[in-house]
Amino acid sequence: MNNPDVQPLTDTLHIPQPEEELPHPMEEFLRTERLPHIWCSTCGIGTVITAFITGLQKSGLEREKVAVVSGIGCSGRAAGYLRLDSFHSTHGRAIPFATGLALGNPELKLVVISGDGDIIAIGGNHFIHAARRNINLSIICINNFNYAMTGGQAGPTTPIEANASTAPYGCYEFPFNLPHLAESSGAVYVARWTSLHIRRLTNSISEALLKPGFSFIEVISPCPTLYARRNRLGTGLDLMRFYHDNAKIKHGTDTRKLDIEYQDEIIVGKFLDKDKPTFLEKRDDFLKSKLGDKFVPYMGPKA
Amino acid sequence: MKADPIGVATGSHYMDGDHACAEGAMAAGCRFFAGYPITPSTEVAERISERFPMIGGIFIQMEDELASMAAVGAAAWAGTKSMTVTSGPGFSLMMENIGLAAMIESPCVVVNVQRGGPSTGLPTLTGQADMMQARWGSHGDYEIIAISPNSPQECFDLTITAFNLSERWRVPVLFMMDECVGHMTEKVVIPEANKIDVTPRKFYKGDKKKYKPHKLDGSANIAPMIKAGDGYFIHITGLTHDNRGYPIINAEAQDINVRHLVDKIRNNEEMIRIIEEDQIEDAEVIVLSYGITSRVALKAVNEARAKGVKVGILRLIVVWPFPESLIRELSRKIKTFVVPEINMGQISLEVERCCEGRAKTIHVPHAGGWVHDPDDILKVIVKGAK
Repeated sequence: MNNPDVQPLTDTLHIPQPEEELPHPMEEFLRTERLPHIWCSTCGIGTVITAFITGLQKSGLEREKVAVVSGIGCSGRAAGYLRLDSFHSTHGRAIPFATGLALGNPELKLVVISGDGDIIAIGGNHFIHAARRNINLSIICINNFNYAMTGGQAGPTTPIEANASTAPYGCYEFPFNLPHLAESSGAVYVARWTSLHIRRLTNSISEALLKPGFSFIEVISPCPTLYARRNRLGTGLDLMRFYHDNAKIKHGTDTRKLDIEYQDEIIVGKFLDKDKPTFLEKRDDFLKSKLGDKFVPYMGPKA
Repeated sequence: MKADPIGVATGSHYMDGDHACAEGAMAAGCRFFAGYPITPSTEVAERISERFPMIGGIFIQMEDELASMAAVGAAAWAGTKSMTVTSGPGFSLMMENIGLAAMIESPCVVVNVQRGGPSTGLPTLTGQADMMQARWGSHGDYEIIAISPNSPQECFDLTITAFNLSERWRVPVLFMMDECVGHMTEKVVIPEANKIDVTPRKFYKGDKKKYKPHKLDGSANIAPMIKAGDGYFIHITGLTHDNRGYPIINAEAQDINVRHLVDKIRNNEEMIRIIEEDQIEDAEVIVLSYGITSRVALKAVNEARAKGVKVGILRLIVVWPFPESLIRELSRKIKTFVVPEINMGQISLEVERCCEGRAKTIHVPHAGGWVHDPDDILKVIVKGAK
């Protein structure tokens, strides 16, 4: 194989030597001692983590004042890899857990990164009520259309016809339209991207972090090991190609029109960005108006 | 540390147990409440919703008890003292996140104003049938502390104790009232703030990089906490973890983690123990009770003494951890333990276990809805003395 015409690859690339090793630009935001992570090759969650870290850096928020809460599932492991105050709570309860932190220390910006099963199925009630109250939370819901951690069962986002381990003949339940659910429950910021739309997703995350109140970003993300394999959709790369060909950016689309059909067009974009007082703003103003001087604002935790 | 006067309604009041519990929480420094209405506990939440805006506390009525307990366990990591209140059906829903709070060692207080069960049972009538659920309700092995008051005054005093113990041991403390005590109205004296001892949160103050949120050695030396937002970048998980809070999924880590959660309470039971004893020096029979039943049992004991029966009283104020060594010791000296409870046999099983056959244990059951007839207890005392 020694062809003198072919230059060895190592000669054309600059291989950094140990003494000049540069830290990864995101290293300070990652618990590198916990790597490698548990996610499968070509899973989209890692991309969302990258977009989150970049979006957080872009937002200019003080890193100390941002805390992440996850629930249970593949995406539920996100909190464990982020070098922020990070909490891995119980299945479905990331939002109420984050609510306790957000109200307990109002200086914090709480981010919930978790999956569609965690946030919308078992945690669905918490989702709609936190949105209704406009708690100061940014929700990043990684939607891979199935329960991946437990082996690819059907969930509340599985499209009709899609196969899952508990829908062996295909799913016949109507799935949720998450942006519509978020908007109708009271969210102030609603966007949807796929894990292919890194730049736009990053911008959205940055906007959501700076938006006071309940912001919601759905990220359609490939599950190569379970959803894609079971439905013979190819690898994660094939799904990224599918997103490339089938995702249509339509900002401001009426959220009622954002249903996702099996292997059909996926409308992405920013659908809602409005202002509304947060739970704590509303509470403080309201109680002040009713109680006058008797009202004592919450001073946060005492040292 | 002494209580912050803003939360202390000093004075002599005529108040029910639910309201007294709310006042105790405020005096103890509780400034975060998340709950869901349920009879017969709702008055606690009502009083807190009225008073918190005037003392700088955050009240939120959540969508259910799952959410309430999750928020309360989390608020501890925001640096606040937090509490929730419920009754049987809600207590069942809280179990998942009581387990989380035990696992991540969140100090917090969970009040259960017990009613008759199972299921919806007797929403407005009393019961003491959640005592084993308090101990074993969430899955897996862990220990909690449970306290049982028998009067509105104790609802005030012991709610403060509950907060103090939760801070001392970094554990959820379950405040096991019952409908009778919750709805009973009596005199409640609230002292001046400078007469109320409050255990402050123990915060870590050292090199940020060296902070470990857990100290998994099962000792009485509990790891200090930090507040989210102070730049420690902690990780906290309900998964089996090491002292950094990092998940480790193997049998060795499980052994260290679970032993710690169990040992820190079980091995220090005598430090946590609060009991009341009366006339046990010469006793052949001891009536062991807790909560409202201890007041009913008192009448039976006095009548038995009048008949010449050598009977004494042991009241458990801290019910969990169970005072095993005490019961073992007493079982060597007496003939019989009589255990009246408003359930079909719960704490009596613990007594029987600790007696190891040395003394008899006779349970006096009541399915709930009302307290015992003192005569029913008296009959068993007389039988036990034979």
